[in-house]
Amino acid sequence: MDLDVVLLSRLQFAMTVGFHFIFPPISIGLAWLLVIAEFLGWQKGDEDYVRIGKFFGKLFSLTFAVGVATGIVMEFQFGMNWAEYSKFVGDIFGAPLAAEGVFAFFLESSFLGLYLFGRNRVSKGVHWFSALMVAVGATTSAFWIIVANSWQQTPAGYVVRNGRAELTSFSEAVFNPSTLLRFFHTVDAALITGAFFMAGVAAYLLLKNREVPVAKKAMKLAVIFGLIVSLLELFPIGHEHARQVAHTQPEKFAAFEGLYISQSGAPLVLFAFPQERPPDLKATVEIPGLLSWLAFGDVNARIQGIDEFPADEIPPLFLTFVSFHNMAALGIYFILIMAWGAVQLVRNKLWGSKKLLRLFVWSIPLPVIACQFGWIAAEVGRQPWIVYGLLKTRDAYSFTVTGGEVLFSIVLFSLIYLLLGSLYLFLLVREIKHGPQTIRAEGVSA
Amino acid sequence: MMDLNAIWFLLVGVLITGYAVLDGFDLGVGVLHLFTRSETERRIHINAIGPVWDGNEVWLLTGGGALFAAFPMVYATIFSSFYLALMLVLTALIFRAVAMEFRGKLDSPGWRRLWDWSFGLGSLLPAILFGVAVGNILRGIPIDKDKVFTGSFIGLLNPYAILIGLLSFVLFTMHGAIYMSLKTDGALRERMRKWVFGTWMAFVILYLISTLATFFVARYLFESALERPVTWILFLLLPAAVLYIPVATKGEKYVRAFLASSATIVSIIGLAAAGMFPRLVPSITDLNYSLTIYNASSTPRTLTVMLIVALLGMPIVIAYTAYIYRVFKGKVVLGEESYH
Ligand code: HDD
Ligand code: HEM
Ligand code: HEM
Repeated sequence: MDLDVVLLSRLQFAMTVGFHFIFPPISIGLAWLLVIAEFLGWQKGDEDYVRIGKFFGKLFSLTFAVGVATGIVMEFQFGMNWAEYSKFVGDIFGAPLAAEGVFAFFLESSFLGLYLFGRNRVSKGVHWFSALMVAVGATTSAFWIIVANSWQQTPAGYVVRNGRAELTSFSEAVFNPSTLLRFFHTVDAALITGAFFMAGVAAYLLLKNREVPVAKKAMKLAVIFGLIVSLLELFPIGHEHARQVAHTQPEKFAAFEGLYISQSGAPLVLFAFPQERPPDLKATVEIPGLLSWLAFGDVNARIQGIDEFPADEIPPLFLTFVSFHNMAALGIYFILIMAWGAVQLVRNKLWGSKKLLRLFVWSIPLPVIACQFGWIAAEVGRQPWIVYGLLKTRDAYSFTVTGGEVLFSIVLFSLIYLLLGSLYLFLLVREIKHGPQTIRAEGVSA
Repeated sequence: MMDLNAIWFLLVGVLITGYAVLDGFDLGVGVLHLFTRSETERRIHINAIGPVWDGNEVWLLTGGGALFAAFPMVYATIFSSFYLALMLVLTALIFRAVAMEFRGKLDSPGWRRLWDWSFGLGSLLPAILFGVAVGNILRGIPIDKDKVFTGSFIGLLNPYAILIGLLSFVLFTMHGAIYMSLKTDGALRERMRKWVFGTWMAFVILYLISTLATFFVARYLFESALERPVTWILFLLLPAAVLYIPVATKGEKYVRAFLASSATIVSIIGLAAAGMFPRLVPSITDLNYSLTIYNASSTPRTLTVMLIVALLGMPIVIAYTAYIYRVFKGKVVLGEESYH
């Protein structure tokens, strides 16, 4: 049997990184909310905030552990499955990965130990500082890994020599055209994820009428924070990110927007079913001229469609369109529900509004799903390139690894991840049902 | 004078050594966890490393990243060649990482036993397999003149590599037992002391056999090592450190014993590195096909940038790591925040 090693390696990578990325957005988002809650607890001397810190700290620790466990795999993946890629990009790509270790992983993991186990060993100020360092570390980690990824999307600061990409300017490579936008977009997505996580858990406690003072404070914090970050994600961050793609990766942009034929006054497609061959949209709902205006500031601007690019250099159309549109639709949903929550909060009606609280509970996983859609859009939209414009995915895999070995690893990791994912959910739900009171009970006995 | 490539050989070596010294003891504690006798003991073992193990593991991750940045050919060749072996290590590390977090979450003996095993085996496997990997690299792996790996997974399980695997296993277990003697009291500490003596004996015997075996399997290591003065220092340090371990343990000077076992690890790795230099992955097919710090490296520009990153970052890392170890120094006390 002939196994397609490239296809298997792609599947393997998509599965492992996709699973890993369930956890970082929750941790990064929660980390910053913990920094705020612990700060209020410390400064106001308000015991309720300290209990938010302890309770969400436990949920954080569980999430972080699974994030770490799955992240270790990622560090070695490039060499294992993409050896040719690693050789081609090593001069540039390895540096951010190493910098991530030096500047970020050490910081977050060391101070997490202090944060979780050191509450009674250090002063309140140092304890808060350790929470801050965890959040800074997690965010710095996002920065460096996104530098690496963005360089693949929009390479800069290099020259191709000796059969590989060689660094000519570190700062240009780090701050390539998509780094900062992708960084802000991804971190803000994580903040949204954290806000929905905290809001959903607090809503659950309110619905069960448990720990009401603690839950109310958590809810208030999460809704105010969540509304701000959800708004920012659409404008200016998402909007600017899309404009950047239109300029730097026009065929990806065309695939996102379902623009299969070049036109002036291109419409913004709100809803459609894309069809790969021949490229076409069915059941389209659109706003004329809006896409041209959003991307180039002019309703009549001409935008390149898929038809202008060589057939072997366009990304898969269905997956990119669907993921991109679902992400954006979810982004609008996040704004609406957070705004609704904020209005009810101001009218002091949030606590009694069972329907809305239930909606918050069920919305916990949605930002994680939006993040997955976002990455799928960005990464599948880059195909067939592994490094945009420089190296094709099919030339980048490990020649010495057999299809059987990759298949084995897919099966193995599917089983492990299925187990980890179920256990994570099971334990998380259990811990939430226990609620913060267990912490108080233990605190008294200790 | 050292050139940039040699400096990076040294830095990657420092990261790997840092990993072996730090994660070495917590892998050892994981192995000893398999031999604990009560729930309290098991909790003490886990909590002895609870606040620090992830920071220790980051030395490995940063070592991986630094290898990628400085010597991408090596990163690509080794990890794709050791595909299945690495997969085993990763699986073990995954289960080990979640075991500590998961085991206390349910109050059921079966559940706890499950995660105790996964913590123990998740520590034992890497402790052996890292040694097996080093053994293979010292012996040389089959790479042809185009730097392509021509061996197989089974080929990696040769007697010499397995011997080195056992050596790293007893070394880490001893290192862990010394660390546990430092963190415990009473009967548990007495048992940990016995472990120190037992594993020390095993280590000395295995080390002598390994040295002899290396003379036959990878003689080039001696030839290049003996040319370098630094080797002589390590040659003196190693036996001194090894012999001091039981002396300090007998005298209940555990901090010193711990420093001595750390020095043992440093000098063993140092000696191996001195023998390999300037090779990174010797080829068993023909030593001339080896990947070296010159034919497998990144450009001078990247090496320079990364050197700046390392010089800026690592002192800070070492400073706060030392601070956090100080906060948690002393015996393990089980409390509200400990792992359950
Ligand atoms: C540092 C680099 C990097 C980073 C941060 C990410 N990726 Fe990526 N991704 C790659 C580097 C990469 C890659 C190595 O370049 C792949 C493997 C094959 C390919 O074409 O690109 C890839 C492929 C790839 C694919 C398969 C695309 C295809 O083959 O059709 C998916 C679905 C994702 N990634 C998803 C993600 C997710 C969910 C991420 C969030 C953490 C993510 N990527 C971050
Ligand atoms: C393919 C690329 C990636 C690699 C190689 C990678 C590698 C890793 C590794 C090795 C760890 C464990 C660190 C430890 O032991 O403390 C980890 C955890 C983490 N990673 Fe990733 N990662 C990738 C993608 C991402 C992305 C895109 C982000 C954020 C935008 C991210 C954010 C984090 C965070 C915050 C953690 C801490 C654990 C957690 O929060 O769940 N990672 N990653
Ligand atoms: C509301 C409107 C939004 C717009 C206009 C938007 C725009 C974009 C664009 C254009 C990309 C692709 C960038 C590329 O391929 O290089 C992207 C990717 C992504 N999006 Fe969104 N987005 C929105 C909302 C969201 C939301 C709500 C989330 C999650 C909570 C999210 C998470 C992501 C992630 C994780 C990526 C991949 C990383 C990246 O390339 O930036 N997005 N987004």
